[in-house]
Amino acid sequence: MRYAYYPGCSLKGTGKAYEKSTLALFTALDIELVEIPDWNCCGATAYMAVDEIASAALSFRNLVLAQEMGMKKIVAPCSACYLNLIRAKKIYLGNGPAREKLCKALEKANLEFDCSALPEVLHPLQVLTEDLGIEKFKERVKRPLKGWNLVPYYGCQVARPYDGYDDPVYPVKMDLLLEAAGAQVISDYPLKTRCCGGSLTGTIENVGIRLNFLLIKEAKKRGGEAIVTICPLCQFNLEMYQGKMEEKFRMPVLYLPQVLGLALGLSPEELGFQHLVYKPHMEV
Amino acid sequence: MKFKRTIRYEGELDRSLYYYMLSLPEGEGIIRCIQCGTCSGVCPLSIYMDFTPRKLIALVREGFSMDVLSSFTIWLCSSCYACTVSCPQEIKITEIMYALKRKAIEEGVYPRRFPVPVLAREFFQMVLRNGRSSESLLVLNLILKTNISKALSYVPLGLKLLKTRRLSLKKERTPGASEVKAILEGLKEGGP
Ligand code: SF4
Ligand code: SF4
Repeated sequence: MRYAYYPGCSLKGTGKAYEKSTLALFTALDIELVEIPDWNCCGATAYMAVDEIASAALSFRNLVLAQEMGMKKIVAPCSACYLNLIRAKKIYLGNGPAREKLCKALEKANLEFDCSALPEVLHPLQVLTEDLGIEKFKERVKRPLKGWNLVPYYGCQVARPYDGYDDPVYPVKMDLLLEAAGAQVISDYPLKTRCCGGSLTGTIENVGIRLNFLLIKEAKKRGGEAIVTICPLCQFNLEMYQGKMEEKFRMPVLYLPQVLGLALGLSPEELGFQHLVYKPHMEV
Repeated sequence: MKFKRTIRYEGELDRSLYYYMLSLPEGEGIIRCIQCGTCSGVCPLSIYMDFTPRKLIALVREGFSMDVLSSFTIWLCSSCYACTVSCPQEIKITEIMYALKRKAIEEGVYPRRFPVPVLAREFFQMVLRNGRSSESLLVLNLILKTNISKALSYVPLGLKLLKTRRLSLKKERTPGASEVKAILEGLKEGGP
């Protein structure tokens, strides 16, 4: 299996551990990720407020680059990037007034592409559960994470509004993967897709912190020892803002590929555990 | 004691925003809103909003245009799409929030020195120059432009990032940044 890999700005910055662990995990599973060398910003959500078309045009350029590489599928681990890439494609394939503007912009920049074969946009979670399959993953597990009480937290934009490969409010795909890795999954965590505040933590901080506090408090209450995330912004918010909460609300916040990688026998260093503020205390 | 009148008389209402929303593909749905309140119920931010999403839609329809555009609600919306996937009338509420943010910026009515629009602007400039955004630099700029008095309170966060080697002040740049610039500037010339 071979995919174009779109890292996005976060995975090159504060979300380093996510990039490291994703690449390590996929290599261990013999899935090849080839980084789009000339990728640009996806236009992220803050941008949408300024200019919807510009945001779509930015994302679209990455789809074109992936196509130039001869790739049919593109993997985007960041929720915002994932959403924006899909959205750009939807606008292009739709027939609203936004499409006309988008096409004009693409024309002006002389972007050439085959519109009938735009690459499919996937989140790593989809690659693992659909293209690879949970059973196949399970066969590769070497060190089951016995006794790890993990809380699966999906965040919002991977689960919705697009695509529906899982439930938009109570998804289960990550739960299944964690179970396959041998962990004890707190599946009834009711806030699986409740918002972490996104960029609000940086702008309207008190509200953002409150949202994160609720997520952590509930995870603790249900016996969680660590939260598992699939988005760099969720991980950042949940981890960094614990410093502003009471001591008893400390909890490691891990990336899904970090956890799965451990179960495959990879080392914590390869999986970027050194970049975490709160390290898990559970034994492997 | 001076009282401020909070109700509006019919003559003061202005339905221009309503008609504008009806003209947008994502906005025309508001005509179908049955005011059931599901959106407000699932919205994780509604308790902090001056108007809940349901109320906001009612205000748009009734002509409280300025109240809507200058509200905090639209800037508190974090685009989590919880409302959109729950609305029984399939109204694209999140997209409506985006459209209202854009309109508020266009009309220049957003709360002054309020960080969200500033973030959006800074972000745009950075991508225009480099094709990519460098998070740490972006946040630094944001703090300097909106909240310099609180800058010190960000020190512990910065230290944590440093300690875990996640703070990078390196400018990220797309090799093809000029092509990105061409796309963005092409859009500007074409007009809205
Ligand atoms: S959920 Fe939909 S129909 Fe109900 S109040 Fe909100 S927008 Fe209106
Ligand atoms: S998208 Fe915005 S309005 Fe809708 S539920 Fe989320 S925060 Fe609330």
